[in-house]
Amino acid sequence: MRRLLPMALLLAMVSAMSMPAPSFAQTALPPAPYANRQLDDPALEAKATDLMHTIRCLTCQSQSIADSDASMAADMRSEIRERIARGEDPEAIRAWLIERYGDWISYKPTAEPILWPLWAAPILMLGAGGLLVRSRMKRRRGSQP
Amino acid sequence: MKKAMKRSLILWIPLGGYLIFLIVASLGLNREQQTVIQSRMIGKPVPVIDLPEASSSHPAFSTGDMADGKPRLLNIFASWCVPCAAEAPQLLQLAQRGVRIDAVAIRDARPDVDAFLKRHGDPFQRIGLDARSALQFHLGSSGVPETFVIDGKGIIRYQHIGYIGPQDMETILQKLKDAES
Amino acid sequence: MIAETGLAALWLAATLAGVQLLLAWAVVARGNEDARRLIRPVAVAQGVLACLAMALLIILFLRSDMSVYLVAANSHSMKPFIYKFAGAWGNHEGSMLLWVAVMSASGAAVALFERALDRATHYATLGAQAAISLGFYAFLLLASNPFTRLDPPAVQGQGLNPLLQDPGLAFHPPTLYFGYVGLSVAFSFAVGALLTHQVNARFARAVRPWVLGAWVLLTFGITAGSYWAYYELGWGGWWFWDPVENASLMPWLAATALLHSASVLAARDALRAWTVMLSVVAFAMSMIGTFLVRSGILTSVHAFAVDPTRGSFILALLGLYIGGALVLFALRVHTVNEGARFEPVSRESALVVNNLLLCVILGLVLVGTLYPLLTEMMGVRVSVGPPYFNAVIGPVALLLMALLVVGPLLRWRRDDAGAVLRRALPAVGLGVLALIAAVALPSPTIDWLPTLGLGLAAAVGLASLAPLWKRNLLRTPLFTYGMVIAHLGCAVSLAGMASESAFSVERLAAAKPGDRFEIAGQTVRFDSVMPVAGPNWTAMEATLTVSRGNRVIGVARPQARFFADPPTPTNESVQMTRWNGQLYLVLGEQLEDGRWQLRIWWKPFVTLIWAGGGMIALGGLLALIGRVRRERRQGRAQAREVPA
Repeated sequence: MRRLLPMALLLAMVSAMSMPAPSFAQTALPPAPYANRQLDDPALEAKATDLMHTIRCLTCQSQSIADSDASMAADMRSEIRERIARGEDPEAIRAWLIERYGDWISYKPTAEPILWPLWAAPILMLGAGGLLVRSRMKRRRGSQP
Repeated sequence: MKKAMKRSLILWIPLGGYLIFLIVASLGLNREQQTVIQSRMIGKPVPVIDLPEASSSHPAFSTGDMADGKPRLLNIFASWCVPCAAEAPQLLQLAQRGVRIDAVAIRDARPDVDAFLKRHGDPFQRIGLDARSALQFHLGSSGVPETFVIDGKGIIRYQHIGYIGPQDMETILQKLKDAES
Repeated sequence: MIAETGLAALWLAATLAGVQLLLAWAVVARGNEDARRLIRPVAVAQGVLACLAMALLIILFLRSDMSVYLVAANSHSMKPFIYKFAGAWGNHEGSMLLWVAVMSASGAAVALFERALDRATHYATLGAQAAISLGFYAFLLLASNPFTRLDPPAVQGQGLNPLLQDPGLAFHPPTLYFGYVGLSVAFSFAVGALLTHQVNARFARAVRPWVLGAWVLLTFGITAGSYWAYYELGWGGWWFWDPVENASLMPWLAATALLHSASVLAARDALRAWTVMLSVVAFAMSMIGTFLVRSGILTSVHAFAVDPTRGSFILALLGLYIGGALVLFALRVHTVNEGARFEPVSRESALVVNNLLLCVILGLVLVGTLYPLLTEMMGVRVSVGPPYFNAVIGPVALLLMALLVVGPLLRWRRDDAGAVLRRALPAVGLGVLALIAAVALPSPTIDWLPTLGLGLAAAVGLASLAPLWKRNLLRTPLFTYGMVIAHLGCAVSLAGMASESAFSVERLAAAKPGDRFEIAGQTVRFDSVMPVAGPNWTAMEATLTVSRGNRVIGVARPQARFFADPPTPTNESVQMTRWNGQLYLVLGEQLEDGRWQLRIWWKPFVTLIWAGGGMIALGGLLALIGRVRRERRQGRAQAREVPA
């Protein structure tokens, strides 16, 4: 469809293209073992789930691999669960992925210098706003014009 | 006086911020939309993974033994992928010109790969199976089909994302040539 | 003929908008008497014509008139009635027409009903409204004509995106639109007031009902949209910090801030420049949101076709209107006295801090949304997603909630810090108790943010009721009830969010008939999977029996659907709502061995999120009714200072 979809469907529009369902055979194989299976240890599973929610799906438009039906996302979920089960650190797995795909793959902005302004933003904004607010308050001592 | 100056300057700040937004937005609007994710593995050695057989007619291989002095292509494909069928004629042409092509079938099954080769031709020297996208993750590859140019030392020199059309042949051959040096 | 009539009505309305602008100029700059008499009828006629065009488009869709390009491209003769109806705005052109219709209708409403403003400002406002409308008419008529004919007519039509074939489509987009466009009125008021140098308490009282109205609709629209996404996406998420979602959140944040600063301006005649600024910013955010979504400049999970040409048009309008307003602001506002300074411990100070925090949140959403665009220009592609937004916005939002514990307890002008603390003591105590309870509850994953959220939710919940304490409940004004309910809604919603994020349980399973799965004390039995067919789709439907102990609570039938026109698969998840949460069931793929993938979540008190959103909207509505009634009762008499 060439036509634009309405802008106001702000929330509910899932990208259909990125959500292959059973009817669209995308692959000849079933998904990897841990794509849709949880780890037995709840603590490890929680670790894996937290990480999966911050890794961007490669074949979808704008979803984490935890929220996608795409087969590549499924494989990556399995990869992450297996690595976590082997005792790998979530941040090490993130770094491994970033090494291959770039910062784009991580929804969590890294500590790269180009992203510093992003992390400084809340402090700068609160600071500037605080000064502005202070200028509206009466001072205890001394008079301001 | 000075105070008043300062205040009136402050009043222009919103406009300034807004102009920055307008500039970013208009530049962003006119940029070329990138929808693919380039691998960051260019210039690095191919990750070593042993791949099992994917077809009845081709040997399995390990990506570790690609450093034999001559460049080659590593084609990532799948029998269930439509653009892969579309690039088959170009791959055949490349093979006829003497380009060595190793292939990796993604999430595939042997009968399907066999049928695919029978139907679309067979330009491949070896075909390995990547049942769970593991090699793809190692390569920083984000879909099928994709083609990597690997030089004689087993270093990744170029990544072609998407199918190889007739218009891409020259680039691929050039990159292979570059990889010889 | 219908399409031609619609197009003619649009051209006529556009012409009238031009006339309206000229008349406003004649009145304000020249004091022309004839123009003064004409301007209001012209504004009303313009509104009527634009609404007529919208009505005609809806009729075309209902009749499935396939000789109209837009209908053929977006509708299908086999589509259910409600989607034919809603399909009229389920596309770019139709939604822009809706935008223009709402904008002109609100202009007409300003012409008819606005009494609080002084005359000159009123006319300047009508002029500003006409100027904005004119730009959108141009956009509609020159770049996105909804009434273009198709020759020869199509046979069936291409159909509407199946993901949009949901009752949500019928009311979600219009509500958000009314909200977005309602903010254009606040913008026009601000421009009008700047032009006539009338930025004062009267301006604030006049603008407040309009902002309230827009805000109520935005709140409702966002809440409904969040729930729609929650059940439609099939992964249990209700907010993704997606650019398109952020685009709807930003105007809401600005409007919320505006609402509170307008009440300071109305009560204390201070924060004049700030309130005007927020009026401009609120509408700027509506337009920026429209731009971000329409231009396809950012990738979103919410699929929109990309059209940079239209994006350029909207960007040009944005530059013209918002840029113009900001220049006007910078030139004029130094003549506007900000008003008296505030005592640090006072209602107005709390409201100033509220504004600060809301604007910081707004700034962070904006920066986070646009940052990937910025770095891409420097050749680096990054993603800014939930981990960033949650990390930086979560604490600021909790700070805002903490402020809400004391804010409504404060008196205007000056209050005593010790007395305030004593008044807030019960709420703080309850909050601490809730915090302790949250920490004590067994949950493997509880984070500090949701824990604090639970504590604050309890504190805010109690504190928000405090304004009713020891009051004659019958004589309490309606807008006070509105405030109480809206603030209580914040607490309820926060409790839902915190509980969902802290205590949700996920269960992924591969099931064959007869299998049972335990989740949070409930048993889900997988009975069967059967093919079913709907009017324009087919599906695999699972039957799941849910029981607690030996008692069957209900049967759920989640589906994996497949739409034929256009070919699209969707997931129809099922939510079983209980008093203490929701069971969320999704049918996934079939595995090689014949078993079916099931995704099951237990989400305790998740429904509070949207219940709270509804309460916030309801509170706004009550406040609106209360304000309008009071304004009416007071007539032209000078309004007393009222606590808001």
